[in-house]
Amino acid sequence: MKLQSKIVMGLAALLLIPLFYMPFWSISMTAPQYPEGIGMFIHIDDITGHNRHDLQSINTLNHYIGMKEIHVEDFPEFEYMPWIIGFMIFFGLIAAVSGQLKLVYVWLGLMAVLGIAGLIDFYMWGYDYGHNLNPRAPIKVPGMSYQPPLIGCKQLLNINACSWPYTGSIFIGLSVLLPAGVVWYEKKFKQAK
Amino acid sequence: MKKQKSNMLRGMMIGAGFVAVAAFLFTGCPSQQGMLDTRDAAEKVYVAPGEHDEYYAFLSGGYSGQLSVWGLPSSRFLKVIPVFSQDPETGYGYSEETKPLFQTSYGFIPWDDSHHPHISQTDGDADGRWIFINANNTPRIARIDLDTFETKEIIEVPNTGGNHASSFVTSNSEYVIGATRFSIPYEKDLDVPIDSYADNFNGALSFLSIDQETGRMNLDFQIIVPPYNYDLGRAGKGISSDWVFFTTYNTELAHTLLEVNASQNDKDFVAAVNWRKAAEFVAEGHGRTMDAEYYHNYYEGNQGFAVSHVKNEVTVLYPEDVEEFMYFLPTPKSPHGVDIDPTGEYIVAGGKLATVIPVHSFSRMLEAIENRDFEGDSNGIPIINYEATIAGEVEDPGLGPLHTEFDGDGYAYTSVYISSEIVKWSLDTFEVVDRIDSYYSIGHLMITGGDTKNPDKRYLVGLTKTAKDRYLPTGPKQNHPAQLYDISGDRMQLLYDFPTIGEPHYAQAIAANKITERVKQIYEMEENDHPHAVRRVGDARVERDGDVVRVYMASIRSHFRPDNIEGIRVGDTVYFHLTNLEQEWDVVHGIGIKGANNAEILVAPGQTKTLKWEPTRTGIYPFYCTAFCSALHQEMQGYVRVSAADSDVELVWRTGN
Repeated sequence: MKLQSKIVMGLAALLLIPLFYMPFWSISMTAPQYPEGIGMFIHIDDITGHNRHDLQSINTLNHYIGMKEIHVEDFPEFEYMPWIIGFMIFFGLIAAVSGQLKLVYVWLGLMAVLGIAGLIDFYMWGYDYGHNLNPRAPIKVPGMSYQPPLIGCKQLLNINACSWPYTGSIFIGLSVLLPAGVVWYEKKFKQAK
Repeated sequence: MKKQKSNMLRGMMIGAGFVAVAAFLFTGCPSQQGMLDTRDAAEKVYVAPGEHDEYYAFLSGGYSGQLSVWGLPSSRFLKVIPVFSQDPETGYGYSEETKPLFQTSYGFIPWDDSHHPHISQTDGDADGRWIFINANNTPRIARIDLDTFETKEIIEVPNTGGNHASSFVTSNSEYVIGATRFSIPYEKDLDVPIDSYADNFNGALSFLSIDQETGRMNLDFQIIVPPYNYDLGRAGKGISSDWVFFTTYNTELAHTLLEVNASQNDKDFVAAVNWRKAAEFVAEGHGRTMDAEYYHNYYEGNQGFAVSHVKNEVTVLYPEDVEEFMYFLPTPKSPHGVDIDPTGEYIVAGGKLATVIPVHSFSRMLEAIENRDFEGDSNGIPIINYEATIAGEVEDPGLGPLHTEFDGDGYAYTSVYISSEIVKWSLDTFEVVDRIDSYYSIGHLMITGGDTKNPDKRYLVGLTKTAKDRYLPTGPKQNHPAQLYDISGDRMQLLYDFPTIGEPHYAQAIAANKITERVKQIYEMEENDHPHAVRRVGDARVERDGDVVRVYMASIRSHFRPDNIEGIRVGDTVYFHLTNLEQEWDVVHGIGIKGANNAEILVAPGQTKTLKWEPTRTGIYPFYCTAFCSALHQEMQGYVRVSAADSDVELVWRTGN
């Protein structure tokens, strides 16, 4: 790998660091009586409200339909996600220092696997919360489940819920695109040779 | 000159009459003409649904004791802030937390007459931190926080009979002032014949300092003055910001049939007080300490109980004890308002029985003091020659000029009670340039951003005394009206007319953004320092200590915890300490209990309030959430079982199964 490729690969690895400081996903909800909107941010190690007390309000509202309360402690993902991201940074730096294009391929493969696994996990979690409802819930609408959308918007009773990647995902995207660029560049360079 | 002018005016009015008749004859039905104007006015006050007004207006409630909040220009009613009167709607004055605010040296007083709201100032501009308002009957001053729109402090003003000339703040909110309307014996509880007025009675001017961090007031000192009636006051601005001014009437020293006996002198006084000098004298120890008894009630901490402190002393400054710091300016005739123009130079008195509006010059007053241009003294307080301070007299102001505000563009607007109109006059020529009717009999008026260095020449609100035929009739006693005028142009234009609450005596309007940026949406549960708060649902419980039962109750959509309570006995005193655990804007819970000799209490998100209940009969008592808080609000209810005084029913509580 050329020096500039190593630098770019190293940079791509370091671009995962911001994930420790910002959310990478957002679920926002609006309803007639919530003109200001409420919502949740998903971090690699936390769930927070868009505003300070949104999580409490969401849990309060969800109890009417019998949805489980959302508590950070209930998600083992938040325990091991920081370690996975940490490992990826470490691995990316090794790939950069060693200059082995093979390792860049592995990096891209791992990122793809992580991304897919993450989305599957997210879907299952949404499914669980949306379907496993307390049978004694005050509000029961026959046939209704409350699974939030994986990506995009969905009307759930009076609430329009939207689920979209957030700022942290830009860095995830760059940390995939840059190594992909490295691969492309290195290949082109090889061919030219 | 005077004669000529009034002839001219009469001529003009007759002329105007002819024009009106001619206009009617030539245009036919006048209502069509009115339609265009109406549409124009409607557009100016229209604020679309969901849009916000440009100004908050705070109108005093007068004999309601409260302060009402409105949006301008739509004249939308926003809220009543309860201040001096109990408010069963919110439980203010009924909850244990707020009862101490009502304590006075005469005991618990459930009502007062609130007159003159004034917003705190920084550098002569309203800053939106706090609004102060006076109680006229049992003299007090209240402070309302404008981040929560709640009354947080009430201080009694001792040795005062009717705190009317209040609660005006100085340019940097150093002081909020008060003065006695009735002179009374200054010595506490002195029992003397009323006709010993001239010998035993005194006036007192009060200066309450304001803590700039907390807003908390402290009665710094009072000045003992001759036994006149002190009517209204104002702090100076800019060049005169070290001074405050009060009007006096009854320099005749009458104590009976004042309508006649206090209307004999051609001139009464404006009292000019250099408060900075007076405060220095006090700080240097020139004041005397007098016995007094007065209550100071305020919230300690964030949102717990209001507490009452009794004070037993007041520092009093006698003018004769120190160098000169106050003067009397002769002013015709039983003046009401004393209003300072935005530059601080002109002191305008509303001589309610005078035929002119006298305008004193502050700089000429200083010159006269320098030159000792005095015509005598009253109790050692120099009386400055009228000619020495007067800058002009506004002629033909109508009958009964009361109170003046300014537009910052060189014009003054005076309310005129008897002729029921507002007159606009020039601060340059002292001539009336415009006049417009009020409906009916205007008391005070208010200009947006008024009584500051920088008023906004946008709107004027006239606070009038009788509605008569203005609205759909509502019986022999109707609410007092207010009229909204557009003053942005050369001519005043009536835009809107709306009934208010109580009897507004004065008002304040402030650009909305000065307040919206500080308004809180919730009380932070984390900062709830109430000793009986329930911080988590799991902490809800009931405790008995002798005959006192405390219910530590949590409310969250849509239930109370606990909602079944047994083991209460007749003769118990039960305190429901209700904490609203919600942390969402505007999600309010309340509680009402059948048969409780009390009001409901409403609890804001994150707050704890206490309802005291003394059951007198056995039985099952339902209670419920009084605020429509949620879809299952109607299910938000519970039961208390009350057993006989000697029963041994165990104290139990539960929620759910």
